[in-house]
Amino acid sequence: MKARVHVMLKDGVLDPQGEAVRHALGTLGFQGVNGVRQGKVIELDLVATDRAAAEAEVKVMCEKLLANTVIEKYSVEIA
Amino acid sequence: MKAAIITFPGSNCDRDLAVAFEQAGAKVARVWHKDHDLPEGTDIVGVPGGFSYGDYLRCGAIAAQSPIMQAVRKHVEKGGYALGICNGFQILTETGLLPGALMRNAGLKFVCKTVTLKVATSDSDFTRGWNAGDVANIPVAHHDGNYTIDADGLARLKDEDRIAFTYREDVNGATEGIAGVLSANRRVLGMMPHPERAADARLGGTDGSVLFRSLAGALALA
Repeated sequence: MKARVHVMLKDGVLDPQGEAVRHALGTLGFQGVNGVRQGKVIELDLVATDRAAAEAEVKVMCEKLLANTVIEKYSVEIA
Repeated sequence: MKAAIITFPGSNCDRDLAVAFEQAGAKVARVWHKDHDLPEGTDIVGVPGGFSYGDYLRCGAIAAQSPIMQAVRKHVEKGGYALGICNGFQILTETGLLPGALMRNAGLKFVCKTVTLKVATSDSDFTRGWNAGDVANIPVAHHDGNYTIDADGLARLKDEDRIAFTYREDVNGATEGIAGVLSANRRVLGMMPHPERAADARLGGTDGSVLFRSLAGALALA
């Protein structure tokens, strides 16, 4: 079973890297970009076969390590 | 004063931190990140700067899970002292021993220069050698020093007089220019600037040595 974790800065936390990407896109002529937020995707290959149990376990992993919940939010997809 | 200085894979300020403690009169033990225990009688743990685990995932995130940090957590819970500098500050926030987080510098550049700090409180065993409002010239060298904390956390730091140092100029975009913060019991300090790099007159000044002498005064010489 595979899990995909998306980690993004929380809304309201300034993302200087995203802002630099937005600026660079403007330089390339893409004028229609109002904002860019940059995050991480983490893919996990799990032994678990139970979907709900896997999702619960990955959420604990996010809380303990994969995300810093002071500044980041996360979402988990099980595939 | 018995100090234990931790070395993680990728630490590079551990030796300088040990020397700064020794020059202040401390007996220093060097501790490896895989150790499970601190030396008997440790008064203060030094968590040094560097690039532990190559800054993988987030700065300090992997080091925060190492065996020695469990021992550091117990040491702090018992009222022991800890000093985290630069990557050490990041590690202490990642372990939850200090509030907030260190994000990428607002200017996106690695900043490596001597900056002027304002000592925001003298009410700690780290900062007692200064008066509040004093200035200190201490180097910074970091890419992720942009201290971030939510409004409630910031209000709490202010109410409890736990902001130890602020920058006199905008160095990295840190909230309210915060360069260092104290724990609720005032025995854990995390700071981005490197006082151990300003602790020898032959090597760029001695303003940082005030911090180590303050600690030595508070913790009986070993």
